[in-house]
Amino acid sequence: MLQMLEINNLHVSIKGKEILKGVNLKVNRGEVHAIMGPNGTGKSTLASVIAGKELFEVTEGTITYKNKNLFDLSIEDRAREGIFVGFQYPVEIPGVSISNFMKTALNEIRQYRGLPPLTASEFLKLMEEKKKVVELTAKLSNRSVNEGFSGGEKKKNEIFQMAMLEPELSILDETDSGLDIDALRIVANGVNQLKTKETATIVITHYQRLLDYIVPDVVHVLFDGKIVKSGPKELALELEEKGYDWIKQEYEQGKLI
Amino acid sequence: MKPFTQNIQSLYQAHKQELAGSDQPQIAAKRETAANHFFQTELPTRKYETWRHHAIDELVSEKYDIQTQPSPYQPVNEYFKCELKNINANTYTFLNGWYVHENSPLTVFDNGMIIGSLAEALKSHPALVSEYFAKQDIEKNDNLLSLNEALFTDGLFVYIPDNLSVEIPIQLISIVHCFSPLLVQQRNLIVIGKNSSLSLVQCDDSFKNCESFINNVTEIFLQQNAHLHYYKLENKDEKSLLVNQVYVNQSEYSEFVANTITFNAGFVRNSMNVNLNEPEATTKLYGLYLVDKEQYVDNQIFVRHFAPNCTSYQLYKGIADDKASANFNGHIYVAPNAQQTNAYQSSKNISLTDEARITTQPFLEIYADDVKCSHGSTVGQLDEEALYYLRSRGICERNARRLLLFAFANEMAEFVDIESLRERLNDMIRRRLSGELTICDNCRLHCSAEHHFSFENISIKL
Ligand SMILES: Nc1ncnc2c1ncn2[C@@H]1O[C@H](COP(=O)(O)OP(=O)(O)OP(=O)(O)O)[C@@H](O)[C@H]1O
Ligand SMILES: [Mg+2]
Repeated sequence: MLQMLEINNLHVSIKGKEILKGVNLKVNRGEVHAIMGPNGTGKSTLASVIAGKELFEVTEGTITYKNKNLFDLSIEDRAREGIFVGFQYPVEIPGVSISNFMKTALNEIRQYRGLPPLTASEFLKLMEEKKKVVELTAKLSNRSVNEGFSGGEKKKNEIFQMAMLEPELSILDETDSGLDIDALRIVANGVNQLKTKETATIVITHYQRLLDYIVPDVVHVLFDGKIVKSGPKELALELEEKGYDWIKQEYEQGKLI
Repeated sequence: MKPFTQNIQSLYQAHKQELAGSDQPQIAAKRETAANHFFQTELPTRKYETWRHHAIDELVSEKYDIQTQPSPYQPVNEYFKCELKNINANTYTFLNGWYVHENSPLTVFDNGMIIGSLAEALKSHPALVSEYFAKQDIEKNDNLLSLNEALFTDGLFVYIPDNLSVEIPIQLISIVHCFSPLLVQQRNLIVIGKNSSLSLVQCDDSFKNCESFINNVTEIFLQQNAHLHYYKLENKDEKSLLVNQVYVNQSEYSEFVANTITFNAGFVRNSMNVNLNEPEATTKLYGLYLVDKEQYVDNQIFVRHFAPNCTSYQLYKGIADDKASANFNGHIYVAPNAQQTNAYQSSKNISLTDEARITTQPFLEIYADDVKCSHGSTVGQLDEEALYYLRSRGICERNARRLLLFAFANEMAEFVDIESLRERLNDMIRRRLSGELTICDNCRLHCSAEHHFSFENISIKL
């Protein structure tokens, strides 16, 4: 089965205000998609709706994931079915250590898949191995989840979690923002290491720079709640050069969808 | 006079000749004064500011009896499970307010420590005891202090001489086991000499469901540079009324640290009164309460800064589920001469249902001008964003809640210095939050370390 995710005519509102106004998107296994677009057009909203955030109201449309109706799955079951969202603003959770968090998550996911829980030593070994993916220091992993982490550390921690949980569909929401140049390379390398022919990745970003490392198969422009333009990776370069004004003009002139 | 008071009056008249210390005019006079004070004032009602949320006079029976003689020796430790295993403590067990001992009721150790029954100490060490005993002004305190002073039976007496660090903690276990309504009043007296230190772990527990009213008073004296860590664990069945009054008197450079942890409660009221009488004394009061069903827990703190350069901290945390309710009153008084006082207070609460009720009330009374005081209180729900974040990683809602609640509560265990006790508390908090640590027939605090937290298959209660 090649196709993994299919979004059809998705309309989403928050507190009565329509944010997504008919999004269409198809993602196949093995692909990398980039979503770009001006601030406030609904990129994070799209990611949250896929993760299952209850605050958003889906008023129209469908999302099919691995041939299942995504809306039938609870937040946790979506994760257990292989969806991972790297959040733009990861939450701080005082008192919950990263290792307790990951152990609980991993064992619940394993249980869902009919696998026995990891032993303590297996788990520790896995942690050590995956910490290397994003060059996470030992100090961080003993701390409470994201508590007092710098912006960049939070983003690294998201990718570390992704490495631990080995998702099939990863949606990375501005994982590059706030990263210094070295960290950007480390994170991008991490994402690339985790990519396989069976997995798909959607990266949401404002900067073409990330796409030098994580090379997308398709670039989409989300504008006014819709994907108004899609193109090859060169589209990202064009956007970086020209900004979004021309998209806006073409959109208003009805030249785009 | 209300029926409760009438009953107390006749109990007092019937037994005053046989109560501990009755043969000593000084003690007998104190009892008499206290009794008369109580007959006049009676039990506090909702009209009292610190009793307005829940009044004990509406809950008491009219038919309490008191146990006037020591319980005959029985191997209480065999049927009682609150052993907090491996904490390696010297244990003193009280049954219905009386010290249960096989040999001697009071031990005088080679190094000068005296530990055992207060009733016995009143007889054998009258001069030493009367130097410290019953020094609180009954007029200025809760009427329940006079009730205790009039009719207490026995209690733990601890005397640590100067310059002695006691390495092994003392564990005080108070059990109630009765068949008909019983009034239990233990009176503890703890004296720590200059430059000495001690850890005291107190477990309040019930053995058999019965209608009991426990009204304990603990007086504590910390002399210059004395240190006391006082850990109090309460796990009571729903039928019991428990009032624990602690009065602490601190001298220069002394340090008092208290950890009051309530796992289950019928009606529990902890009143913690600390007098910082001399400069450079420190007091740290921590508390945690986890209540559900229709339990009620009340923490009343009164810290009085009477001298300059003293520091006090208060950090209390609570979780209320179902229809449970909790109250926290934190009163800080700073006398005009108590300059350079540092006084901090924080109360943080989570209420899990619409019916659970948590009230918290700071009360700062400050008459000095050069002081640092702060207070804050919150009553909230679990952080929805954090729940969403945990769930988005595959953790079910139930376990996500439990992780957050555990993180919230377990912060309090971090203040425990005895490592084995801290580990036990971790475990008890885990199990309390997963509904395991509830009241069963003959064993309350299952302190076994064998159970380890597993998120997978426990049905959540709290
Ligand atoms: N909880 C909320 N309450 C009200 N409005 C919201 C909420 N969350 C998002 N919105 C609104 O929805 C719109 C889309 O927000 P979203 O975060 O999806 O944008 P974005 O494309 O990710 O922007 P950025 O590039 O700045 O991250 C914005 O106008 C935002 O204000
Ligand atoms: Mg966004």
